[in-house]
Amino acid sequence: MKVREVLGRSDYALISELIPSGSRVLDLGCGGGGLLAWLKENKQVDARGVELKRELVQQAIARGVTVYQGDLEASLSEYPDQAFDYVTLSQTLQETRQPLMVINEMLRIGSRAIIAFPNFGHWRVRLSHLFSGGAPKTALFPYEWHSSPNMHYLTVLDFEESIRTQGWTVERRLFLSGHISGTILPNLMAEVAVYMFRR
Amino acid sequence: MITETQYAHFPSLTLDVGETLPNVQVAYETYGTLNAARSNAILVLHAFSGDAHAAGIDHEGKPGWWANMIGPGKAFDTQLYFVICANVLGGCRGTTGPSSLNPATDKPYGLSFPGITIGDMVRLQKMLIDKLGIARLLAVTGGSMGGMQALEWAASYPEAVEACIPIASTARHSAQQIAFNETGRQAIMADPDFNRGDYYDKTPPGRGLSVARMIGHITYMSDESMREKFGRRLRERQEFSYDFGADFEVESYLRYRGTQFVGRFDANSYLYITKAMDYFDLSAGYPSLAASLERAQSRFLVVSFTSDWLYPSYQSQEIVNALRSRNHDVAYCELSSNYGHDAFLVDVGEQTGIVTGFLARCAREFRTPAGQVGR
Repeated sequence: MKVREVLGRSDYALISELIPSGSRVLDLGCGGGGLLAWLKENKQVDARGVELKRELVQQAIARGVTVYQGDLEASLSEYPDQAFDYVTLSQTLQETRQPLMVINEMLRIGSRAIIAFPNFGHWRVRLSHLFSGGAPKTALFPYEWHSSPNMHYLTVLDFEESIRTQGWTVERRLFLSGHISGTILPNLMAEVAVYMFRR
Repeated sequence: MITETQYAHFPSLTLDVGETLPNVQVAYETYGTLNAARSNAILVLHAFSGDAHAAGIDHEGKPGWWANMIGPGKAFDTQLYFVICANVLGGCRGTTGPSSLNPATDKPYGLSFPGITIGDMVRLQKMLIDKLGIARLLAVTGGSMGGMQALEWAASYPEAVEACIPIASTARHSAQQIAFNETGRQAIMADPDFNRGDYYDKTPPGRGLSVARMIGHITYMSDESMREKFGRRLRERQEFSYDFGADFEVESYLRYRGTQFVGRFDANSYLYITKAMDYFDLSAGYPSLAASLERAQSRFLVVSFTSDWLYPSYQSQEIVNALRSRNHDVAYCELSSNYGHDAFLVDVGEQTGIVTGFLARCAREFRTPAGQVGR
């Protein structure tokens, strides 16, 4: 079964395609463990997760996924070096306080990081800001200014800059608009960007 | 389900203190059926004052102490699993303890009973499991002192434990936990009837034991659960008595629980078992807690409760972090409850959900021990 039909999320679909069978995977902000359960079932991965919300942790454990209840940023330092093949972070980077620390920790505890984030440079976001004059509100950024969990807004352009300055090696770049992936003018056209990279 | 307590006998047990205890008896109960592959056995480990009667009802109609967790369709589903529970070493409910007869003198041991540890309890349980012909347990689990035994199992017999579920527990007793235990012990020893532990043919130190139990019960609840359960309600009266009677509901409750405890528990067992808990430190003799769990091969599910101030969540997190630092397979959840430390016994709804799913997964992924024919 296609992962998209099960999980209903295009970023999950891409991530699951990037991860080979039998690998060791740590999913940060894993929610109810949907992606990990799918990977375990279909790709026989050794699946671990970190999630803060109690109800989601219970859901994940109840479906047989190894999830640790804790704050993502505070929990990374306990893991030993290179314990995983892939460390994934989907739609959560913009909610972390110290995104660079998180990414560097991901690269310490895993060989590769896979990160999916909503692109603040998408044309709808730009138009929303331009015409409303208020903080942008779109399907991907639906929040009021005071209730948004997002702490750091980033664009494809910004992330590319960090890749250069941090010296990460990108293995895959995938850009999503709806369920369609494309590569033309990603900073303008991509709603979600997915990067797989290593140190 | 009417349950039957069974007894196993062993010629001797070597203790951590260096002595050997002769003629050791273990009281235990089992529920469900051991499968042909012997891969569905779960050892349930009781807390301080528990006993072998964990599930079903006994001949007197008394339900087991974890009857809400063990049984058909429950978290430890007896239609799927073979569940074993034994009274601990040092206990007074059928397993050898200070109230047992010393074969050398034909009198109860009393304080001549050797000092015991959580490790000793687990060593005796291992002898029982071997006797039952089980090479590898699907799970070891328990709350509070039961969780300490579960951890000791995973560290001492890594090849024999597929999954370890310590609930509301710790890898080492804290100063506060030792302090409460010591206060209970002093209450017992201050009772004139204590007579240096030699009271078996006389009046037992019921007042001291009762006070010890009252203190215990306070620590098992939470401020919130006591407010909810008792508040400032008066007991069968409209006005204060001004005569130190049990004016308040909470006083009457504690007195009742204290008195009731005297009827079913031995004061010397109280001393020995609480000391065993206080001595417990899984990391003793190792550079770190993580190092003491290095050899463990189990998958872990660690559970704590928000309102448990006797075994606070930080102690569970300490276990979890030690395991994570060695990349062990460990799931952890702090469940929400107002019931304090008692939550693992009484507030079992959410606990059931995660234990059920975790066990099902461990049963699917059960690793057959070397030298045994797989299923």
